[in-house]
Amino acid sequence: MRTYSLGIDVGSTTVKTVVCDENAKILHSAYQRHFSKVKETVSEQLHRIQEKFPDAQFRCAMTGSAGLGLANAAKISFVQEVHAAFLAVKTCFPQADTVIELGGEDAKIIFLTGGVEQRMNGSCAGGTGAFIDQMATLLGITVDELDEAALRATRTYPIASRCGVFAKSDIQPLLNQGAAREDVAASIFRAVVDQTVAGLAQGREIKGNILFLGGPLSFQKGLRKAFVDTLKLTPEQAIFPDEAPVFVALGSALYADQSKDSPKTAQALLDMVQGAKAAADVVTGEKLFRSQKEYDEFVARHKRCDLQYADLRTYEGDAYLGIDSGSTTTKLVLITEDGRLLYSHYASNEGQPLDRIAAKLKQIYKDKNPNLNIRCSAVTGYGEDLIKSGLSVDHGIVETVAHFKAASFFCPDVDFIIDIGGQDIKCFKIKNGTIDSIMLNEACSSGCGSFIQTFAMAMGYDIAEFSQMGLFAEHPVELGSRCTVFMNSSVKQAQKDGATVEDISAGLSSSIIKNAIYKVIRARSVDELGKNIVVQGGTFLNDAVLRCFEREIGRHVIRPAISGLMGAFGAAIYAKEQAKTHGQEHSGLISPENLANFSYTSKNVRCGGCTANCSLNIIKFSDGGRFVSGNRCERGAGIQRETAVPDLYAYKAESLLQIVKKQPSVKRGTVGLPLVLSFYEQLPLWHAFFTKLGFAVEISGESDRKMYFKGQHTIPSDTVCYPAKLAHGHIETLLEKNVDFIFWPCMTFNFAEPDTDNHFNCPVVAYYPELMRANHSGLNADNFLYPYIDVNDRRQVVKAMKKALAKYNISGRQIADAVDAAYAAHEAYREDIQKKGQEIIRQARAEGRKIIVLAGRPYHLDKEINHGLHKLITSLGLAVVTEESVAPMGHMPELHVYNQWTYHSRLYRAAQYVTTQPDMQLVQLVSFGCGIDAITTDEVRSILESHGKLYTQLKIDEINNLGAAKIRLRSLLAAMTK
Amino acid sequence: MDIELGKDGYPIFTPEMKKTHTILIPMMLPIHFEILISVFGQYGYKCEVMKNESRAVVDEGLKNVHNDTCYPALLCIGQFMDALKSGKYDVNKVALMLPQTGGGCRASNYIYLLRKALKDTFPQVPVISLNFIGLEKNPRNGWHMSMPELVKALYGMMYADMLMTLYNQCRSAELIKGSSKKLLDRWIRRVITLLKTKDFMNTKKYYVRMLDDFAKIERSSVPRIKVGIVGEIYVKFSPLGNNHLEDFLISEGCEPVVPSLMEFILYYLSNKLTDVEIYGKHTKLTPIFRMFYKNFLKQEKETIKLMEQHGHFTPPHDFEHLKASVQQYIGLGVNMGEGWLIPAEMGALVESGIENVICTQPFGCLPNHIIAKGMSRAVKEHYPNANIIAIDYDPGATRVNQENRIKLMLANARASQG
Repeated sequence: MRTYSLGIDVGSTTVKTVVCDENAKILHSAYQRHFSKVKETVSEQLHRIQEKFPDAQFRCAMTGSAGLGLANAAKISFVQEVHAAFLAVKTCFPQADTVIELGGEDAKIIFLTGGVEQRMNGSCAGGTGAFIDQMATLLGITVDELDEAALRATRTYPIASRCGVFAKSDIQPLLNQGAAREDVAASIFRAVVDQTVAGLAQGREIKGNILFLGGPLSFQKGLRKAFVDTLKLTPEQAIFPDEAPVFVALGSALYADQSKDSPKTAQALLDMVQGAKAAADVVTGEKLFRSQKEYDEFVARHKRCDLQYADLRTYEGDAYLGIDSGSTTTKLVLITEDGRLLYSHYASNEGQPLDRIAAKLKQIYKDKNPNLNIRCSAVTGYGEDLIKSGLSVDHGIVETVAHFKAASFFCPDVDFIIDIGGQDIKCFKIKNGTIDSIMLNEACSSGCGSFIQTFAMAMGYDIAEFSQMGLFAEHPVELGSRCTVFMNSSVKQAQKDGATVEDISAGLSSSIIKNAIYKVIRARSVDELGKNIVVQGGTFLNDAVLRCFEREIGRHVIRPAISGLMGAFGAAIYAKEQAKTHGQEHSGLISPENLANFSYTSKNVRCGGCTANCSLNIIKFSDGGRFVSGNRCERGAGIQRETAVPDLYAYKAESLLQIVKKQPSVKRGTVGLPLVLSFYEQLPLWHAFFTKLGFAVEISGESDRKMYFKGQHTIPSDTVCYPAKLAHGHIETLLEKNVDFIFWPCMTFNFAEPDTDNHFNCPVVAYYPELMRANHSGLNADNFLYPYIDVNDRRQVVKAMKKALAKYNISGRQIADAVDAAYAAHEAYREDIQKKGQEIIRQARAEGRKIIVLAGRPYHLDKEINHGLHKLITSLGLAVVTEESVAPMGHMPELHVYNQWTYHSRLYRAAQYVTTQPDMQLVQLVSFGCGIDAITTDEVRSILESHGKLYTQLKIDEINNLGAAKIRLRSLLAAMTK
Repeated sequence: MDIELGKDGYPIFTPEMKKTHTILIPMMLPIHFEILISVFGQYGYKCEVMKNESRAVVDEGLKNVHNDTCYPALLCIGQFMDALKSGKYDVNKVALMLPQTGGGCRASNYIYLLRKALKDTFPQVPVISLNFIGLEKNPRNGWHMSMPELVKALYGMMYADMLMTLYNQCRSAELIKGSSKKLLDRWIRRVITLLKTKDFMNTKKYYVRMLDDFAKIERSSVPRIKVGIVGEIYVKFSPLGNNHLEDFLISEGCEPVVPSLMEFILYYLSNKLTDVEIYGKHTKLTPIFRMFYKNFLKQEKETIKLMEQHGHFTPPHDFEHLKASVQQYIGLGVNMGEGWLIPAEMGALVESGIENVICTQPFGCLPNHIIAKGMSRAVKEHYPNANIIAIDYDPGATRVNQENRIKLMLANARASQG
């Protein structure tokens, strides 16, 4: 009997098997998607091997992320997959220097020369193959089509590459703005490459001969091209082996060959796999419905909330059109005077909302009764501006208001609305007939509708069928309530433990609800939500999701039958109201004739209006009109304002840059100061200190995305906040400027603020210089000074600085004088900002403007961090001041936290002050990943809400998607003017 | 019973409650905490360490604290809420205890988060802050430890450290399954009894007996891969926090090496002295911190000497050496969270031949950006053979992903062993 080696690689989405002989010659290989039926697929392949090699026996080893559990249960040897790849490379491609392997959900890199090192993506760096799948779904095309499209691209856009959820937030607006699909496709691949280079290599250079492995890299030419182009590889250096898809299985076979296991027949192995008992530690929940009867009752109860219908072909009279151009879907409704539904449409926008809506409008024009008069129209959603200008829609309406209007139609005394759509979760509390608070999902937790859809497709089902399967699942699995990436691995684990597709479907529904309630709404008790709850959004059409929600909150809710159309319905109601108010008789909507000839072109340009250099997308319509997007302020749209809206952010940024213009006459040397983190407040202090001593001061300059990429390769922790990550680019810039040394003090403590428990910096601000020193090989004891400073103690500062600058032999007297000058400059700067704040408040009041306290940290002044949000606010006509400019006028309210951080304690006082000013509201800026804000946000919210103020939080990260911020700010504005 | 409220509006643990209330403590170090509560018991406090570990713990945590809060807070508060709701306790007769360091990381706020969580459902339950720097001072505070009581508790921790060290070195190699655990349990009981006598300060005598007893356990001589565990204090030690990491490593045929709690205590005391050095922050507690620091250092040195002479077990690291060598890559001023201790322990482990190190951390832990992920590169540069992996713990992180990454590290370890 011949003995062969058999390797089985069970990945997150596929099963691969390889049979080879003792010379590593592959005799048989197979690659198959397992659609979560791991055991069945492995058995099937073993069966085929048995047929092909009836007289052989095998040494077998299993590998792969989903293989671990099965191998344990079946008592088959297991080899970690990166290690398996390593073995195969050493045997087949000894010339390789580096191996990059992308799998369904893992990304791996192996450095072979210059110290062997094997790395895998961390738990947050999420999907790769799955990521590409998700992105293809988002574009409404197959992965192959995506690949083809990418090869035709002419440019790429920056897309956040850290995690699929982030990337989505970047891609969606691009699509909605009409960016070419080819370019988006190429950008997606580029993001995967960036993630590999930045997230995996983490500072180690990828060079020499590179072997590319894994499914995506063997099937997708566009992805290959992206890697080759980015890493600047010659054709000889980039090795794409034919056996790449099964390469790890081969490694596993080689491992088996070296093992001392006794060989077994394929039948014996088959028996072992089939006899494998899954570990029974899977946590399951209750069944959703105990019986068909219970389900029928449930359906009947919800049926009651339906609209009446009217026939588009026969109806005569006025009608109102509402359009909701959402992030992934497009919704249209046409209603009669008395709210009957004439027409409705709900479908994916396939990345081209304008085309979809134009097509549907054509259909309405064609089908409608000639005597039906579209009297007025309104549009809402992400694509509001585009659709409004493209199709001459009469009105635009904020999403939140549209949803509130629609919900009130079904439930006039509604207290709470929750809308789960394709990409967003939106919740509003209603108090006294107005929207009282808004909760939106943050960039990281978009576990929404499209998430179930992507899962359904991955498992080979269509969404309706998949969600229906969950209704009568025997043991719905508990999958946790975190972000998509985490849920992916939870599902993987559940499958490993033997959960059925039905159980997973039900579990996913429940996860979505838990995510919404605990992560987005953050409700502690049902009573917080109120009595009358309306649920809506396409996702709630899924009965399993609806059932989970009712179950979780323990009461019945109202789900209108047009749940997915509520935004559009609200817009239609708004159109009706507007027509009445303004006495409008006919809608200005694009005419059937113009619609027939409707077309548009889009192109990208850089705005030169200011230093932000926004990337603009300009769409020209066939009627000569144009639409600009991507701009943060009105300048990009070509609009000139007569008077500038007062903005303390702009003033502060400008004055910081002015301060450093002053340089000493005599030069002792040049010091480089990185304009990051604490320097956004202490730049005047250190500038004065060094210039007084005769050092020229060079700053790293303003951040931009380019600067971020420049330093990306030295970032050791990919989950640290963006303001910290940016620092790496600043250090790089200073090193290029050839300064004598870079100065960046470590500061456990910051300036003491009144009425606090302590005055720490956060750990990141306090010690980032230490991290920089340890991770940048260009820094040394000579060119990087990072003494420990306590700014509250001048004597300590003098002592520490004298020591740090020992090389320059400066007397204690001189240092002390410089420190005095430094503190004077710091005081002057603070006073100036406060004075300016006062001035802005006075000016705003004189002009009748409302005022927003945009409260964050000093470093939120960085335009690459705040993404120009302050400009967005001023473009709405509101004046902007900062938290530290108003904090001194407030007093410390009673707190329920340990108030020990300097920057954060200002938030509390600023919030308290805002509660005393009728024309002010506070908007809190929160950097993604800021753990401390998990504590401050709740506290700021409760200070504001206890005095009837609105709480608005804007979460910001490297992604540059102002859509969500805009909705929040416009909703805030709507609530303020009510 | 009347509830007395402090000036912050939360109930106080009054001296009277000492008699009536059971104090619940979240699980972190099984051996240490069992000994600790027996010491507290001697002083009249009825304490209980919570052992609930079901999924409900995580769910309660998710419900009751902000999702972006660190995992340790989520688990501790989850354990408390789950326990209070379990019906096992009379909720009018329990108090809860959490440690508070007053440092610059979020941990100082756990206690406030817990109070917020209790506010709606269990407003009557008092929360006690376990700290040594005078936080939460109140004349009606019924939790008080005198200096001799504190000293006794600390001795208890030293004995627990020794037991943990010996137990970890034995159980992965024991030939008779369960023999180490049996001996450990016997010794825990003996230590508890010992701490009731005046003889407890005679550590040397009892250390020798422990060493002799554990040396008698039959152990396999097949070399095992040693894996050091460092990281954020809660997930490093707590089996609930790290998905029973030590058990997993043993099932993989490895020997887990967990640095002692004393190292953390020394680190804490050392920081108090560093703050004096760097910032001149001299307080009236400074001499006491210095006294404790010197004393413990002395004790540690003696223990190391004792173990070396005994010859059967690997002694703990020399703290002063650890502190001196870490300064090659990080300043001692980094003292939020576990601060410089994490890279120091990584370095010390690798230096003593334990090249495989798992750094456990709660997902998104702020100090760990700097001191764990941020220092791995520097540690690796100093010790090219170091095989360090960072594992994130989080309610959403799955065991399969964590174990797969650990397996990768172990594959590297085996490969380099040849």
